[in-house]
Amino acid sequence: MSVIFVVLPLALLLAAAAVIAFIWATRRGQFDDLDTAGLRMLHDDEDARSRRREPGTTPSDSRRAQRRPADS
Amino acid sequence: MAAEPVQPGLSSAAGHSTAAVLCTHCGLPVPAGLVAAGEVEPFCCQGCRTVYGVIRNCGLERYYRLRESVPDAAPQPARTTGRRYDEFDDPVFEQMHVREMPDGCRCVELFVEGMHCGACVWLLERLPVLAPQVIEARVDFRRSLLRVTWDPHAGPLSEVARALDSLGYPPHPARDAAARDWRRREDHRLLIRIGVAGALAGNVMMFAFCLYGGMFTGIEAAFEAYFRWMSMLLGLLSLAWPGSVFFRGAWAAIRTGASHLDLPIAIGLAAGGVAGVVNTALGRGEIYFDSLTMLVFLLLVGRWVQRQQQRRASDAVELLYSLTPSFARRVDADGVRDVPLEAVRPGDLVEARAGDTIPVDGEIESGQSSIDQSLLTGESTPREVCEGDAVSAGTVNLAAAVRIRARATGERSRVGQLMQMVERSARNTAPIVRTADRIARHFTAAMLALAAVTLLGWLRLDASRAVDQAMTLLLVTCPCALGLATPMIVTVAIGRAARRGILIKGGEMLEALSRRGTILLDKTGTVTQGRTTLLDWHGDESIKPLVAAIERHSAHPIARALVAAFPNVRGEEATCVTQFPGGGIEGRVDGRRIEIGSTQFIAERGARWPAWVADAVQRCAAEGRTPVLVAEEGEVRAVAAFGDPLREDARSAVAELRRLGWCVGLLSGDHRDVVASVARSLEIDPHDACGDAAPEQKLATVERRRREGPVVMVGDGVNDAAALAAATVGIAVNGGAEASLSAAHVYLSRPGLAPIVELIRAGRRTLSAIRRSFAVSIAYNAIAAGLAMTGVINPLIAAILMPLSSFTVVSLALAARTFEEPPCP
Repeated sequence: MSVIFVVLPLALLLAAAAVIAFIWATRRGQFDDLDTAGLRMLHDDEDARSRRREPGTTPSDSRRAQRRPADS
Repeated sequence: MAAEPVQPGLSSAAGHSTAAVLCTHCGLPVPAGLVAAGEVEPFCCQGCRTVYGVIRNCGLERYYRLRESVPDAAPQPARTTGRRYDEFDDPVFEQMHVREMPDGCRCVELFVEGMHCGACVWLLERLPVLAPQVIEARVDFRRSLLRVTWDPHAGPLSEVARALDSLGYPPHPARDAAARDWRRREDHRLLIRIGVAGALAGNVMMFAFCLYGGMFTGIEAAFEAYFRWMSMLLGLLSLAWPGSVFFRGAWAAIRTGASHLDLPIAIGLAAGGVAGVVNTALGRGEIYFDSLTMLVFLLLVGRWVQRQQQRRASDAVELLYSLTPSFARRVDADGVRDVPLEAVRPGDLVEARAGDTIPVDGEIESGQSSIDQSLLTGESTPREVCEGDAVSAGTVNLAAAVRIRARATGERSRVGQLMQMVERSARNTAPIVRTADRIARHFTAAMLALAAVTLLGWLRLDASRAVDQAMTLLLVTCPCALGLATPMIVTVAIGRAARRGILIKGGEMLEALSRRGTILLDKTGTVTQGRTTLLDWHGDESIKPLVAAIERHSAHPIARALVAAFPNVRGEEATCVTQFPGGGIEGRVDGRRIEIGSTQFIAERGARWPAWVADAVQRCAAEGRTPVLVAEEGEVRAVAAFGDPLREDARSAVAELRRLGWCVGLLSGDHRDVVASVARSLEIDPHDACGDAAPEQKLATVERRRREGPVVMVGDGVNDAAALAAATVGIAVNGGAEASLSAAHVYLSRPGLAPIVELIRAGRRTLSAIRRSFAVSIAYNAIAAGLAMTGVINPLIAAILMPLSSFTVVSLALAARTFEEPPCP
């Protein structure tokens, strides 16, 4: 019996996993708005919550300071 | 405050103009009058000054640096309204627009004005800095939507709205959130189908390559059977899940007796599927699952692309409705409050200030003003109203604040009833049959006939191959190129149209415009500019500055038109100005008594009329214009003629439409004489110019004309909406009412009539592009059919022929010049 009889279903399983990931991403709305993400990437993760811009703040500090968005 | 000085406007805009002083906020030149010597931070307007202050106070100056990094951000002065947005806290508002999250937070979708670049996205998503109750703000840039999640215990939504307003992004509740949600789920379903179809097609293609390889080099029987069964498994999955849309479409077409392109496609798919399954089971002959799965995938992609483009156009139009005011100023015991329109009940007292749209049907309780009813009735002359007069929702208050006792609101109001008529006529209007669907009937018949011929022919020659060959024929003649080409051509056309300010909600509209028919134009606001303007002046020229000096004291539309027409060069000042509502105005300039008003008013004041005045007044009336007399010291010195001037391009556009073979008519609610005079100046046959038409009559006219051929209705008002919905193609023009936006099939965001000509030309080009691609795809199908009938086709040829034909028609579609590219600025 050739190995192809085993490998082929395995390959299909991998493809199925990719399809499931795609379906999940679509349902989560990942492909709803493809324009804003391209603009958003221009903004680095600067502290959004602080009232003043402090040049000494490190990126990790600001990330901690940022409140987690509530997911629905 | 940040330590370093920020001069963003100066540095970003310094390239194109060095001499002009540029606004610190928006980077546009500051008007000469506002330039103060030695000012470090000049501004072009109060809005920019306010916004700049807010941004600096919150430490968000990064906005300016970001904006410089955005290459093509057009500068735009900030606009703030300074409203209180009380209606955002009203329970009715919450019920309509706000969603409660499981964690107690609330979520609302807002349409924000003024979002124009990547830096705006950054600034808007920093909303929590300005309004601490906001937990998250997410921007959808293409739709100009902002989704705000906030904590209701930390503060009200109106505060958030005020913060947005202070940044120069006036928010509006986004309407139709439920419909948008539903469509989003619909999009998800189609996208998932495409993903699944693509994955299946790719995998089946791999098996097919093995089998094709085996055809030339030989393959072990066990492997061949294995690959064939695997192909069948995935192929059937593709037909049953993503491909089911075509079968459902075909079934619906059969049941309703309509002709639809899905029918021949489904026949082809089914025939290929059956032949494939039989041949797999028998272990002989060809299986076509690679072509089948690829076909399903490509056809779905074609649909997706077209839907996305149409969605863009209808989204844009829909969000324009959000801009129409959704609040009323209700007078409560403790003062005037903004409430959602839906919260106003009959019997409530509401206030309408100058420039406001009147929110309810009712009677004026206090105040005097003049109202513009053109959107509701098509009447171009403003109507004077005072206490006790009835006013309708949807009209615009022009002159002064009035208080109105509401009699009917929402659906009960005149506008609401007209909207119901719009819905009825939209439901009763037969949809346009797409050219592709019309052809589908003949296509199906030809396919089946050829299959029958093949079957019979092969029964005589070689009975064992007869069914096989007939099935193959059905598969290879399946009009996949056709199914792909039309959406592509239409998509390209709609996309190019949108860039030229023409928003088309459905591709079939373009096809419908290619046939000749009747174009009915609304007058007020469509052919004309829709505002009162001074058209003619008979008599003494020297009195003009005096008139302007007096009229500056009035907010009446005629007064404004006069002030706009006569620049006050010498700076005369008027004294003792008295206004007589519904009549005229009186005042003293340079010690001379001047009276300005209607013929009746001047006659009542006892002024002397020279003979030429009576002539001039008569001429005005004959031309459908409103005469206004000016008397100095008891003697009439001049006659001013007012009216609604034609748009600049109206005459050339109408001539051009006629040259293209369309019959042009006027259909207006304005006075018959006015319509006749406009028809004369546009050289329209008086029989085709219909005045005094109520919305019901407009609808009836459109329906009657539709029996003779396609009808294009162009209009802007609520009174046109039902006719727009009933027409073959309804076109709403720039600045129209909400009702006309929702009823129309096409929306022109550019003023003027030139886009209509462009649209009709494009319709023709679109149809000829569709025909061209038909010719090509039918040629391919004929070759394939010939090969299948003679029995020399094999799956490899089919697999090459199919993508080749699709590729050809798609490139033809992309090359089609449906709309001219916009001229370079």
